[in-house]
Amino acid sequence: MNFDISEEQELLQETIRQYAANECPPTRIRELFDSGEGWDPTFWKGLIEMGLAGLVVPEEHGGAGLEMLDLALATESLAYAGAPGPFFGHSLACVALALAGSSEQQKKWLPRLANGEALGSVAFGEEGGAWQPDQWKIAGGSSLSGAKTHVPHADRADVVIVGTAGPGLVLVERESPGVEVEAFDGVDRVRPLATLKFQDAACDVLPGGAAAAPRLRDAGLVLLAADAFGTARRLLDMCVEYATQREQFGVTIGHFQALKHQLSNMALEVEPARGLFWYAAYAFDHIPEEAERTAAIAKAHITDGTMQVARDAVEAHGGIGFTWECDVQMWFKRAMFDRAFLGQPSLHRERAAQLAGW
Amino acid sequence: MDLSYGKEYEDFRAQVCEFLAANWPPEEGETDRAEGANRFRQKAIDAGYLYRNIPAKYGGSEQEADAVEAQILREEFSRAHAPMETRGIGMMMLVPTLLERAEEWQKEKFVAPTVRAEIVWCQGYSEPVSGSDLASLQTRAEIVGDDWVINGQKIWTTNAQNADWMFCLCRTEPEAQKHAGISYLLIPMKQPGIEVSPLKTMNGSADFNQVFFTDAKTPADHIVGKRGEGWLVSRTTLKHERNSIGAAAQSVMILQGLVEFAKKQTRNGRPAIEDPLIRDKIGQLEGYVRAHEYSGLRQFTKNAKGEDPGLIGLMNKLNSTNLGSMVAKIALDIMGEGGLEDPLARDAFAVPSGSKMWISQYMYSLGISTAGGTANIQRNVIGERGLGLPRDYYANRSSGK
Repeated sequence: MNFDISEEQELLQETIRQYAANECPPTRIRELFDSGEGWDPTFWKGLIEMGLAGLVVPEEHGGAGLEMLDLALATESLAYAGAPGPFFGHSLACVALALAGSSEQQKKWLPRLANGEALGSVAFGEEGGAWQPDQWKIAGGSSLSGAKTHVPHADRADVVIVGTAGPGLVLVERESPGVEVEAFDGVDRVRPLATLKFQDAACDVLPGGAAAAPRLRDAGLVLLAADAFGTARRLLDMCVEYATQREQFGVTIGHFQALKHQLSNMALEVEPARGLFWYAAYAFDHIPEEAERTAAIAKAHITDGTMQVARDAVEAHGGIGFTWECDVQMWFKRAMFDRAFLGQPSLHRERAAQLAGW
Repeated sequence: MDLSYGKEYEDFRAQVCEFLAANWPPEEGETDRAEGANRFRQKAIDAGYLYRNIPAKYGGSEQEADAVEAQILREEFSRAHAPMETRGIGMMMLVPTLLERAEEWQKEKFVAPTVRAEIVWCQGYSEPVSGSDLASLQTRAEIVGDDWVINGQKIWTTNAQNADWMFCLCRTEPEAQKHAGISYLLIPMKQPGIEVSPLKTMNGSADFNQVFFTDAKTPADHIVGKRGEGWLVSRTTLKHERNSIGAAAQSVMILQGLVEFAKKQTRNGRPAIEDPLIRDKIGQLEGYVRAHEYSGLRQFTKNAKGEDPGLIGLMNKLNSTNLGSMVAKIALDIMGEGGLEDPLARDAFAVPSGSKMWISQYMYSLGISTAGGTANIQRNVIGERGLGLPRDYYANRSSGK
């Protein structure tokens, strides 16, 4: 019985933290926010060199062969750093191919995804907030017509795993004919989204798609929970730092109980939730009968709590917290992404209620 | 992460299960429940399963500390509905303090009878004008001949009406700086100098009391630690109280109870559990309950490795009491017009899990959030010790730091 992460996992997180602190400090994230680029090829290249692009790709296909918990921990650290880029969508494309791809598809794509030669993404959403596999309407066959919404960095991905009616999963190469990218004006400027429109576009069915589609959704929920946790932890640390520097009435404002209690309440919202995303990630690989429900609860609980923490963080910074200039806004928007993507907290609480037979 | 226990511990679990199957519940015909439970406890002590951190000479089973075995015992005993250690403030707070701080004769005199529940204790800390600022307490004790003579008043004293003894903070060194003037005394309750007066709480129960001391006496050697060390000694105890209030397993059970309540109650013409609002609220609660549960497992792992659990170790109490409040609020929504009922009626607990029990819990949860340090004091602790925020200006000034 060991409810803790390993030394290797701590090292993985520490390595990412240090790399991101050096290569992607808040000043750099701000440049990306201001320019609207949402993409830092040098930073992504560094992550690839660290082996992060293929973290959960099986070793036989050139990846590190690690588990969902490792992926979630890496996600937490990247979120803490406010890191830009395609890690989330790319990792889910790897998960999908590893779960559902034919051996040919795996041989063709996984090594290239693992070494960063190809960039992957996933397309869950459809018009009207239809994020869940049982809501997908787009028909998957030998070709694809229709639209998927809110696809992460769709403009740069080489290969996209698309959720289809059934449910099923198909693989589409973005540069193939009949695939059009329509820009979307997203709230989180370091994780851009776009709509993908298909007109008789060639696609390749993943044979294990029916079983893997809900699993892929669950993986997405776990990673969003981990991302929201890292976001909340960063916001809390920013507030503590501000409270121990900013002076009013001749003392640092952290002396005042009003603020101290606000920060304690934030900490109480954040810190206990760490075990919840750990457990959800662990269950994904090791406790199949609990995986789906726990992923739903983790996503609902942590993304909801993080949004409140983000609001509190703005307040705790006073007037400056409300400005574009203050770093809080960048993590605030990360929190908004994590909360809305793949469906609102209330939706996942209702799913959890149904799964419990209530 | 590895949530399995491994062969060695699964063997231990098998032994525990075998023991429980053989010894609990007691044979039919053993009519006295309490007596049956006590006999069972003695067998469990002999087997090395209960009172494991208490030396054998004081009535414990004196086992090497093993957090995993302790966890397995908790799991299997509660699965079998078998009695574990007797609860109560003496067992949970005084005994650990005595084992850590007391003289040998004091341990011999008090620990074993407390383990066997032959001595009932109450705690004399809070006073009418010394609540959160406990160290400002005024109840005086002076040596007269061979005795301490005590004068003053305590308040919020749970179970004082039944207690045989009180562990009590008194001011013994009035000239010393405030924290350094306090001693930790053990005082017999059944004596003419002590008057216990019940305090009726808003939910109608009378567990709390005021205790008045008028030349009450206790022998001069009934002091734990030296004169003026009482504050330090009491910190040992308070740590145990905060731990005991934070047990996560209780939260999980309360969540299950709430779900059952929602299945039985009707709201807007259908079972409350089918109401979207109730489902969402219970879902929110479950997020907090599960987070709290896993925080417990994280701390358990850290403790087993001898590492400091850090920030979460300071959060148990506030977490638990926040959960209690959430539960209470949801129960009030579930019961609808049941919220018009008076929980003070004598049959409040006649219907288990009925509305009245939940109304009583709605109010009682507020008492729990105050016991052992109010929620706001807990927020100070988290902010100052956990987040590293500066100490409160006034608290600094009055402690002379």
